[in-house]
Amino acid sequence: MLLKNNGQRLIGLFIAIFILLLLMCASIVYGYTDTTWRMVLDAFQNNNGSNEHIIIETVRLPRSLIAAAVGGSLAISGVLMQTLTKNPLASPGIFGVNAGAGFAVVLAVTLFSVGNLQAFTWISFLGATVAVIAVYTISSTGREGLTPMKLTLAGAAISAMFASFTQGFLVINEAAFEQVLFWLAGSVEGRKMEILTNVLPYLIIGWLGSLIISSKMNVFSMGEDVAKGLGLNTGFLKIMVAIIVVLLAGGSVAIAGPIGFIGIVIPHVTRSIVGIDHRWLIPFAGILGAILLLVADIMARYIIMPQEVPVGVMTAIIGTPFFIYIARKGFNAR
Amino acid sequence: MSQYKNFRPMKGKVSFLLDKKATIVLIVLIIIAGAIFVLSTGMGDMKLSPLAVLKVFFGGGTEMETLVVQSFRLPRIIVALIVGMALAVAGGILQGIIRNPLASPDVLGLTGGASVAVVSFLAFFSDQNNALTVSIKWMPLAAFAGATIIAMLVYFLAWKNGVSPIRIVLIGIGISALMQALTTLMMIMGPIYRASQANIWITGTVYGSSWGNVAILVPWTIIFIVIAFFMVKNINILELGDDIATGVGGHIQRHRFLLLLISTALVGGSVAFAGGIGFVGLMAPHMARRLVGSSFGALLPVSAFIGAILVMLADLIGRTMFSPLEIPAGVFTAGIGAPYFIYLLFKTRSA
Repeated sequence: MLLKNNGQRLIGLFIAIFILLLLMCASIVYGYTDTTWRMVLDAFQNNNGSNEHIIIETVRLPRSLIAAAVGGSLAISGVLMQTLTKNPLASPGIFGVNAGAGFAVVLAVTLFSVGNLQAFTWISFLGATVAVIAVYTISSTGREGLTPMKLTLAGAAISAMFASFTQGFLVINEAAFEQVLFWLAGSVEGRKMEILTNVLPYLIIGWLGSLIISSKMNVFSMGEDVAKGLGLNTGFLKIMVAIIVVLLAGGSVAIAGPIGFIGIVIPHVTRSIVGIDHRWLIPFAGILGAILLLVADIMARYIIMPQEVPVGVMTAIIGTPFFIYIARKGFNAR
Repeated sequence: MSQYKNFRPMKGKVSFLLDKKATIVLIVLIIIAGAIFVLSTGMGDMKLSPLAVLKVFFGGGTEMETLVVQSFRLPRIIVALIVGMALAVAGGILQGIIRNPLASPDVLGLTGGASVAVVSFLAFFSDQNNALTVSIKWMPLAAFAGATIIAMLVYFLAWKNGVSPIRIVLIGIGISALMQALTTLMMIMGPIYRASQANIWITGTVYGSSWGNVAILVPWTIIFIVIAFFMVKNINILELGDDIATGVGGHIQRHRFLLLLISTALVGGSVAFAGGIGFVGLMAPHMARRLVGSSFGALLPVSAFIGAILVMLADLIGRTMFSPLEIPAGVFTAGIGAPYFIYLLFKTRSA
């Protein structure tokens, strides 16, 4: 643990928030079109309609906000999933979120020739929700109800099934493949502000919800039996977690497509910084997730300029060395 | 009287226990696999009855039938069978030594490494007209090299006074995410024609298998599966966790290394010839566990045949259902396997 007591954690949290805000501004300033910090200020105070100001308002600002919102949501839902399944390999993907959304989008493209990002938002949100409901129902049938093991297995099976259908459609239909390849890699580029504002209410509910249940997650992480013995309604908590994961991970995939790496990695990284107390873990993970995605997105613009690298690719490239370093040092979480 | 029957041939010099239920399950699975093998050989543009197929196997049948069966269908079906076995056994071993139900050849980055190798192979050896400058025959080698290099890298990075399961798997996840990222990057930056060709490979297909492939793949896989069967008792011990395994006298580091080597070899061989067929390595062992319990002596052979059945069936459906389109086998492994697995989850309520 890097931060050992609550005082240090509080300071750490402020520093992290400060870095986050700095990166959000940097994300607005740096990119293919040359802009300066002064121009950004002007764009908001007295917009003169110049090219740069329009780009800042309609392209860079939504992009920066989206990267922060999506990164944070994915990291938080990753924390919840890893605690729920008691598996360090779990991620929102295990609930079938990405596979369901991907399948829904590919289905819409091949069968109904839907082609714009706006429509993708709701279609993928729907797909993610359906997948989570399927995984949840299948794994909670039977006497003992929802066990981490059954959830993990059912989730992995359902995700694999959706992913295989998606692959199938893409192999048959090469035109669709071309169209959704970029979406399937995950990106925060080219999204309009409306896409964010449409989904934002769900994300905010998810963020608040995850903070509300954070102390209960601490009890839950001691094991189901202990948690029940201490008077926790575990069945209710599991449903809450499922709903929050749908809101956060489903919302993220709706905005940015499947971005996989953050949901697994950031929880581990965060645990090595603040320990296993969910009341700190969840907000920290949210901020660190946002930071990683912002950094990745800024770098994605510079690698092969003027083209862009999908941000999902970039998060893995930046995050992996860091993650391996922490994995070698040893997670002191367990 | 009990679940087991013991054998003591050679005056008790050799003795072993046989799990009765597992034996029955295994025999049933072998029969199903055999039936699918024969049926699959008979299906296709030119239909043959199972009887005719058997006739060809034993030297009879017309010249035309023999040609179709021997040069077109048999190699790919044998490759499907062997690949299914290899992946399932490798997955079973990995789940045992890593002690995580989500472990599979994919999470260790093996498939990812092979994918990157293949995509780069397609990208770097193409000229302006999208024609390959070197023979496509080198692709399996590229895939195999990719898988092995990544396996070594993961093991090397996870080494710190020995490797612990959790470190292997987390570093494996990191590396495989990186590999996936690189694959996507190459596919997006390269020509779209190459991307969709690579996508077919990544999905996994046994299309275009030849006797040459069979001649390499079969001995390779069989050798390592046999070695794996001899190490079953060590997997059982490793599954108890490091402390107990050391306590009962297992050489955990040596065995873990050997078993990882075996699974890498198995996966490397199968990705080389059939691409990244998913799901089998992850789910076949779980299906087997639901059928015969988690002792690896029974688990490995049963999951091997479940894997073989899955891939053969997936290939059969892929090449007949949407004819003349050919769907890669990797698409259907999960399509067939997942519903059956979910049924098993339902049926065996507590496990």
